[in-house]
Amino acid sequence: MKISEHHHFNSIIIGAGPAGLTAGIYLSRARARTLILNEGVVGGQMILTYEIANYPGVEAISGYQLSNIMKKQAQSFGCEIRANIRITDLKLEGKLKQVSLSDGSIFTADTIILASGGRPRTIGAAGEEDFKGRGISYCATCDGDFFTDKEIVIVGGGNSALEEAVSLTKYVTKVTVVHQFDHFQAYDHAIREARNNPKIHFILDSTIIAFHGAESITSVDIKNIKTGEILPFKTDGVFVFIGYLPNTEFLLGKLDLNKNGEITVNSDMETSIPGVFAAGDCIVKRYRQVTTAVGDAAVAALKAAEYIQLQGTIN
Amino acid sequence: MLQTNLKHILTADEHKKFIEDNENVMICCGRNGPMCIPVYGVMEDIQGDYSHVKFADMEFDNPQSSVIRNAPECRGFMGLPFTVYYKNGKLVKATTSIQNELQIKAVLDKEFSKS
Repeated sequence: MKISEHHHFNSIIIGAGPAGLTAGIYLSRARARTLILNEGVVGGQMILTYEIANYPGVEAISGYQLSNIMKKQAQSFGCEIRANIRITDLKLEGKLKQVSLSDGSIFTADTIILASGGRPRTIGAAGEEDFKGRGISYCATCDGDFFTDKEIVIVGGGNSALEEAVSLTKYVTKVTVVHQFDHFQAYDHAIREARNNPKIHFILDSTIIAFHGAESITSVDIKNIKTGEILPFKTDGVFVFIGYLPNTEFLLGKLDLNKNGEITVNSDMETSIPGVFAAGDCIVKRYRQVTTAVGDAAVAALKAAEYIQLQGTIN
Repeated sequence: MLQTNLKHILTADEHKKFIEDNENVMICCGRNGPMCIPVYGVMEDIQGDYSHVKFADMEFDNPQSSVIRNAPECRGFMGLPFTVYYKNGKLVKATTSIQNELQIKAVLDKEFSKS
């Protein structure tokens, strides 16, 4: 879509996951000139979800399909969207906000909604980047069948880790779950199902400190966090499910973040700067779901629309 | 058929002709899955900036895609998609698993420099 020649918008939304797209739908439908800027592909982490079965009103849909519907819905109300951009500068203070891009474009706005989402956390051990796709995977539904009749390690102790451990047993002969604590964060039913599966084994209080192999992974070094003992462990693959990091590095020093880098907001999704709102996985919150992102964003957009109206710039 | 706006390559013969007829080629071989869709999306978005490169996709589970799956450069790959780059018909670079725009552009700029 061609971006409007008017480089001033009522609202610029940074991020095009479910939160950003929802904010785009609400604001453009309220006749606010709205631009969504996204550093990746439209849909955010939602497109990484094979099937969404708990989005109210939709029995089952792929994340890709749902993001495409949201995108079309936003555009149908006049929302402009630019994906795969790079933000080089961001001015949040004052009445006129400004976003500069790497291609030289500069956009201004009355309000900014930050919906930059998050990304899967990586282990950070030696060799991790080299073996991505060569034994290290972050998506069980994508890569599970490459490990048919093989032995794998799963890193993590939350719902994703234990649920994917169970689901991968349909391909592999053995799963070893490596978790840094002596207990799991997953729901009881997920823990019970994993513990009752004869193919699943556990190494607790431990973390992977190195990956080894040639064309693909052949072993890892597992370190016991309490004793310091290092165990060389043969494996054909490693699936990593250890949570998410907020995409907020570009906001450091510009507004209030908590110690995890998440944006601090009040119940109206207002940040520490007037006219700047935030929603979705980049904010401080406990439950990170498509539905909660959509809810946050609706509140942020309604509050932003109110702010714009008070400024007298909305039609 | 993959749900992309890229050119779809359906047969090994078509693949052969495509890489022989075009100097610079990038082909993403994957499924309609979470790790593949972002790569297709980046390819669609950057096509305009890389007019000297031809972009296409090929369905991973199509038996004809063995020309990519079994390429020596893809040995050891265990993550979708397999993304391959051809210069004058020769495979010059292959990557496995999801790649972001910066990673893809880095390969394109290195392998298919305009100068």
